[in-house]
Amino acid sequence: MSETKPRIKVPETAAAGEVVTIKTLMSHIMESGQRKDKDGNVIPRKIINKFTCEFNGKPVFACNLEGGISANPYMEFTAKVTESGTFKFAWVDDDGTVTTAEQAIAVK
Amino acid sequence: MQLTRREVLALSVGATVFGVAGLRAGGAVAAPEDVKKLMMEFAGGEPKTGRIALTVPEIAENGNSVPVSFAVESPMTDKDYVSSVMLYADGNPVPTVASFTFTPMSGKAVATTRMRLAKTQNVIVVAKMSDGSSFTDTKQVKVTIGGCGG
Repeated sequence: MSETKPRIKVPETAAAGEVVTIKTLMSHIMESGQRKDKDGNVIPRKIINKFTCEFNGKPVFACNLEGGISANPYMEFTAKVTESGTFKFAWVDDDGTVTTAEQAIAVK
Repeated sequence: MQLTRREVLALSVGATVFGVAGLRAGGAVAAPEDVKKLMMEFAGGEPKTGRIALTVPEIAENGNSVPVSFAVESPMTDKDYVSSVMLYADGNPVPTVASFTFTPMSGKAVATTRMRLAKTQNVIVVAKMSDGSSFTDTKQVKVTIGGCGG
């Protein structure tokens, strides 16, 4: 399963200064590097090791992940929205692949 | 293909390891003291209790996906905010599960994710504030089926 596709939930609108909840779900195997195949060889680690979220170019939230995170990593966090703009999300794979996504929010 | 007795033995052991005890064969399991050391290094001293609340289920039927969330009491202003939070599991082969970085733009220092737990063990969070102080919370999770083996 090499294809990775993120699902993101951000409210479409918010009041100025409101703290909104953001939910993201990334489809990824998150192979921990602890398992062995049937010949006893260790299956190499392949995980999303970093996730970041920024709003209008400023960092909001970031995390470094290890093999102890479940497959299809789910991340729920908050952001304080003071102006209309765009959230940018990035998932970094062990193999260097970066998957990005964007979501706009409007301040009423 | 002719198999020697030795090879047959090795294969069957390998299969058993994969099926039953993949985790234990995967390497040394972390000891709680190791986590304590990691925690002290991160916090730069002994973290205090309070201000951070960890939410995990008491019993996890499936160690492959255990919901975990935490919330830190903080005004999250430019001068006083939570800079980072570490999440540890003291019975996992890799005790560090994740580290979270917050900014005042996070609004709140809260996060929810799903983690793997190899066996019944303690889940530990440590929050580091922008002023350098640190706080911790620990909860035990009973795991019915471990989440690291084959």
